[in-house]
Formats: sequence, structure tokens, C-alpha cells
Amino acid sequence: MSETSQAHPDYNYKVVRQFTVMTVVWGIVGMAVGVLIAAQLFAPALNFDIPWLTYSRLRPLHTNAVIFAFGGCALFATSYYIVQRTCHVRLFSDKLAAFTFWGWQAVIVLAAITLPLGITSSKEYAELEWPIDILIALVWIAYIINFFGTLVIRKVSHIYVANWFLGAFMLTVAVLHIGNSMAIPVSFTKSYSIYAGAVDAMMQWWYGHNAVGFFLTAGFLGMMYYFVPKQAGRPVYSYRLSIVHFWALISLYIWAGPHHLHYTALPDWTQSLGMVMSLILFVPSWGGMINGIMTLSGAWHKLRNDPVLRFLIVSLSFYGMSTFEGPMMSIKTVNALSHYTDWTVGHVHSGALGWVAMVSIGSIYHLIPILFGQKAMYSTRLVNVHFWLATIGVVLYIVAMWMSGVLQGLMWRAVNADGTLTYSFVESLEASKPFYVVRFIGGVFVVAGMLVMAYNCWKTIRAPKDSIAAEPAAQAA
Amino acid sequence: MDQGIIGSIFTVAVFVFFLGIVWWAFSKNNKEKFDEASKVLFDEQEKAQIEKEQKQESQKS
Repeated sequence: MSETSQAHPDYNYKVVRQFTVMTVVWGIVGMAVGVLIAAQLFAPALNFDIPWLTYSRLRPLHTNAVIFAFGGCALFATSYYIVQRTCHVRLFSDKLAAFTFWGWQAVIVLAAITLPLGITSSKEYAELEWPIDILIALVWIAYIINFFGTLVIRKVSHIYVANWFLGAFMLTVAVLHIGNSMAIPVSFTKSYSIYAGAVDAMMQWWYGHNAVGFFLTAGFLGMMYYFVPKQAGRPVYSYRLSIVHFWALISLYIWAGPHHLHYTALPDWTQSLGMVMSLILFVPSWGGMINGIMTLSGAWHKLRNDPVLRFLIVSLSFYGMSTFEGPMMSIKTVNALSHYTDWTVGHVHSGALGWVAMVSIGSIYHLIPILFGQKAMYSTRLVNVHFWLATIGVVLYIVAMWMSGVLQGLMWRAVNADGTLTYSFVESLEASKPFYVVRFIGGVFVVAGMLVMAYNCWKTIRAPKDSIAAEPAAQAA
Repeated sequence: MDQGIIGSIFTVAVFVFFLGIVWWAFSKNNKEKFDEASKVLFDEQEKAQIEKEQKQESQKS
């Protein structure tokens, strides 16, 4: 391939820089809101009797901010970077790129205004009302055109596997978002879903679980397949496994949604089908995890002096953990214990904080020096500090939620000899209180890590060009 | 044809398609092509470094 020697085609790094910086900013905002509402759960007075600050309104703000603002910006930044670097060509359109950036920021700001005001469609992870939904769809279609347009004009014959995952993520999210958001507006700020009853529930969780499957998994796997090999300085463990991983993952994930609706009005066969599909999903998930981690096979020493690589590899460990936990929780008998408890919350955060956030953070530490003309981050020591803050925070969080969740499940199902319930709901809430405090402390660790990251990024970006030398250890590795 | 039969045919077709992908990915003829593809993200300097490391490893084992 003669094109590869041409080191720097004129890539569009501007949009990558913009999205990268906003990833850090929205990460801090979204996670800080999470910490506030975590505190409200053991100290309800912290809503200050202001409607805009109540748990019910801030919770969707937290989920939207971390998934779509933090995670979304990370995906935009890395996908625009990866597609250019692996196709050896500049983005298809700079204008569309700028539109996706400003459009996406507008969506985020509108969400931050409307959700505390109580303007919501009340669909989980799809709370935004119809005018914002239309804006999302427009931005997303521009994103798809720009990404696939770049693939079309690529200068290398093979499309690298990361782009397959990213492309699948974009196409599926478009279908899910447009499908689930179909609604009839009754005013500018209120609409009603066109689906009703059990069909509405099924549509919602077809969307909801694939927000996990395609937004939070396929997209971030695309990130993993670029940044893990690149940071490790060696090709992925098995490229052929990555192909099988891709097709298995995308053909299975779409069916897993019904496990959110066990023991509801959803037909029984649909629940069982969802459970079986969720169980099989374990196989491609672990195939991908092993493929990522084994990339380091024979070069484990690189983990010792490279905290960025540690972020990426530990994220894969959390991915493996939560993709084992997920299929297990989808088994109906296990779900009978775990559903509606904090176990679910713990599971989501082991995926979101352990996998999604850590792989994004690792990728951003890789990107920032390259995008801003430096050899390394301002302080590798601070990257290491962030790594430990994040890891301790996640572990505190998920362990607290496991214990609280199992405790709740057992208390809710306990019955006396005469068939009456042993515990009232408020008794289980009281039992969970200490765990809520531990969860809050875990969250504080995570946000503290993000603030360290912001400082480190700020110093790297502000430093005169090429003034930061590569770490001696990193050079040797 | 009722929905059950259409569903069954679809399931089998998808399964056969998937087997085809596995066969395609792991067939000997494509090994070199995919090895080459996995290196598209590295520049020449990095590729040279990778080859050096791989040689060292094969000598060790």
C-alpha cells in the first residue's frame, strides 16, 4: 500500500478537537448531576424543595447527559478520527461535520433546559420531546452521510473493522430513534406515542436495549478496535475473530429487548425469546473482549508504565464482567430477584462507568496530545491518578449496588407463614441507606477523576506546541 | 405459508449465512489479506517496530 507512506493527508481535526473537548466538559456535568441525585437518595432535603431539582427531573437529565452528551461526543470525536485515519482521506464534508457538532450541542442544551422543566415524553432514555427528536434525527442523518461518504471516497481498499462497528452503530441508532420516537404532537412541548399498551412497552425496550447494544456497545467497540491496537503498538489479536465478532454481535443484540419486560403484560413467548437471545449474546461479547485483551499477549509489560493502555484494558475487563452479568440477569428466575432493585442500577454502571467511560477516557488521553500537537499528556502521573480514582470509584459503586439490590430483592419476596409480606417497602429502603452513602462516595471518586482529567487536558492544550516531550518510559516501550 | 414457517426459514437462512461468514473469515486463502488489513492503522515506522517485536517474540518461543 503506497498511500500509507504519505504520513499526513490534510485531515479534518477541527471537528475531532471540538467533540473531544466537549466530551470532557459534558462528562463532568453529567456525572456531577449523577452524584447530586445519588446524594438525594439518602438526603432528600438536597432537592431544596425546588421542582427543577427534584430527583424525578434530574434523573433523566443525568442519563441523557452521560449517555448522549458525554458518550455521544466521545463517539463523534473518535469515529470522525478513526474513519479519516483508517481510510487515509479527509472527511467527506467539513460543513456537515460542523453541522453535526453545533446541532448535537444544541440538542444537549435543549435537553438540559427542558428536562428540569418537566417537559418529557416519559420514555426512558428517549425523554426528549418531539421538536428535539426531529433535530436529533437531522443531525444523525448528516452524521451518517458524512461517515459513509468518507468510506466511499477512501484511499485503501479494505474497510477496517472499527468502521464496521461504527457504521452499524450509526445506522441502527437512526432506525431505533426514528422508530421509537414516532408520536402525535398535541402542542409544541407535548406529544403522545403512536404505540399503545404492550406494543408501546415492546417498542420502548427494543429501543432501550439497543441504545445499550448499539450506542453503548457497538460504537465503543469500534473505538476499542482502533485505540487498543494503536496504543499497544501492535495489531489486534485476531482480525478474523473481529469479523465473526461483528456479525454475531449485530445479528443478536437487536432481539434482547424483551428481557426488560419479564413478568409483564408482554406475551410469555416473547419474554422467553428475549431471554434466550440475551443468553447467547454472551458468546460474541466475550469473543470481543478476549480479542481486545489478548492484543497485549506477549507484551503485558506495556501495562506497567502506560496508564492510558491500562484504562483501555481495564475497560475491557469491566465489559467482560457486565456482559457476563447481563445474560445471567436476563434469566427469568434470576430476574425475578433482581428486577426493579439496585442490582440493575449496579449492572448499568459497571457497563457505563467501567466499560463506556473508561474506554472513552483512554481514547481521549490518546487523542489529546495528537490533536493539539504534543508528544504526550502534560502529566502522565495525573493520568495514573485518574485511573485509580476511576477504578476505586466504579468498584465502590457497583459493590454497594449489588449488596443493596440483592438485599432489596430478598426483602421484597419474603413472606410470612400466613402469606403476608414480611417487610414493608420503607423497611427495605431503610436497609439500603448505608449502601446509598457508599455509592455516593464512589461517584465522588469518579467525578474527582474527571476533574483531574480536565486539568490535565487544559494544561496540555494550553502548552506551547511541541513543548511536552514523550515520557522516557513510554519511548522505551 | 404461515408465519411460523417463514420464521423458521428465516432462522435457518441467517444461521447458514453466519456459517458462511465464519468460513470466509477463517479460510486459509484470506489469512494474508486480513493480516494486512489489521495493520492499516499503523504508519511505516510503527509497522517496522511491530515486525521487529514479532521477530523477537518468535525467537523467544
